[in-house]
Amino acid sequence: MKYLLLIYSSPATWQALPGEQREEMAREHAALVNELIASGEYLGGNALADALHARVVRIRDGARSVTDGPYAEVKEQLAGYDLVDCDSVERATEIAARLPEARLFAVEVRPVMELNGMEM
Amino acid sequence: MLRRLSPQVLGALIRNGGGFDAAEDAVQEALLAAAQRWPIEGPPRNPRGWLITVAARRLTDQHRADAARARREAAAVALIPADDLVAPPADAPPAVVDDDTLTLLFLCCHPALTPPSQVALTLRAVGGLTTVEIARAFLVPEASMSRRISRAKQRIRDAGGRFGVLAEPERHERLDTVLQVLYLIFNEGYTASAGPALHRTELTREAVRLTRQVRRLLPDDGEVAGLLALMLLTEARRPARTGPDGALVPLAEQDRRRWSADLIREGIALVTGTLPRSVIGPYQVQAAIAAVHAEAGRAEDTDWAQIHALYELLERIAPNPMTTLNRAVALAMARGPHAGLELLATLDADHRLAGHHRLSAVRAHLLELAGDHPAARSAYLDAARLSTSLPERRYLEDRAARLG
Repeated sequence: MKYLLLIYSSPATWQALPGEQREEMAREHAALVNELIASGEYLGGNALADALHARVVRIRDGARSVTDGPYAEVKEQLAGYDLVDCDSVERATEIAARLPEARLFAVEVRPVMELNGMEM
Repeated sequence: MLRRLSPQVLGALIRNGGGFDAAEDAVQEALLAAAQRWPIEGPPRNPRGWLITVAARRLTDQHRADAARARREAAAVALIPADDLVAPPADAPPAVVDDDTLTLLFLCCHPALTPPSQVALTLRAVGGLTTVEIARAFLVPEASMSRRISRAKQRIRDAGGRFGVLAEPERHERLDTVLQVLYLIFNEGYTASAGPALHRTELTREAVRLTRQVRRLLPDDGEVAGLLALMLLTEARRPARTGPDGALVPLAEQDRRRWSADLIREGIALVTGTLPRSVIGPYQVQAAIAAVHAEAGRAEDTDWAQIHALYELLERIAPNPMTTLNRAVALAMARGPHAGLELLATLDADHRLAGHHRLSAVRAHLLELAGDHPAARSAYLDAARLSTSLPERRYLEDRAARLG
């Protein structure tokens, strides 16, 4: 079963951290990713640029509107994600708990929809 | 033919002392050589012997390259069984080959592995699917699947798993696991008639092929026959199961003329041939239920009383809240929706079903039958939100919309 691990963080809290601590978190995250690559559970992931760069696209009555994200002022924003494929939601939760970001911010674990289904 | 021979060649190599990884690499190289040379030179008289010879030679080369393992060279050369170098007489018993396939299946379904790893390894080593094909079917990158498979092999090694004949009762337990793994593979490939999941139908085909193989090896096992029958009778509905736009069509609304008559005939023959003379087991009972559905020319002709009785039997031999859930549907169809809803109410406290979309989906269906459309609609919508399957969610949302 595939799970998306969504990392929410607060830019203000992140920036207030001492430099070594930010680097240590990045190293810890990279080490976990390497471990998940080795186990075959890692499917992909990325860090996201600050929500300052976000653009929000809407089509209304056939017209396209593009606005800057309303998220620049939001305290917590989506900062990155990892996609894993593992045996159970318990295992996905265990991985999420080992993301260093979980200690300071929050990691949301969401199942990815499956494509097989039984007729009823 | 190459796909069929690959587990036999792998089995022969491992049986004679080759490591799982090295033997598998050697088999892959031999298959590649065969794919390149046979079309030009024509297939050899004894394809299996040819493949074992080439693979064993590759294995020797690998060992030779590894100085520390030089002592094993002799063992690798001795790997080529003399009788594999000549074509066997037509009436020779294929016992060793078959045992190898079964032993390999047992090894891949080692209890040290999680079910997803057992599935991946079985498809790779016994099914003869390439890692690329397995990765594509499970919609993961090839590198991830390849690591998962190596890790599964490593775990078997660490757990002391060996290529050898199992003694009872371990053998019996392992066969149960093998059947579970085959059924998992079958279900993974179920539905998916279009879109990114199209490759998954390969899994269903592979599961049926492997189960047929196990059935040939263990013709007297009722549960093996039961699982094969269950797969065939389920697969028979494939053409009617999804609409032209890929939407799930429920059993009651399927165009039964599109069911595969051949698969139904074969499935029913297996059920009727097996049930009377075997120790009864869950796969046989589920196959019998599928057979009762298959025998009804129209949905309204379904013998629900018999299906209900079979679910009662299934509940007794393998108690499971999912079975009770299915029995509630049969009960509702046989004696009216309120009888079914009463039985459902007994499941509300069962933590194994808590938050499971099937409980809400069945309740929605029975409420709809009872004519309580607002409650049915709300239960369909609950079920849709709880489901983690795209086709099922779409079906449940459609049902709710119809009652809107």
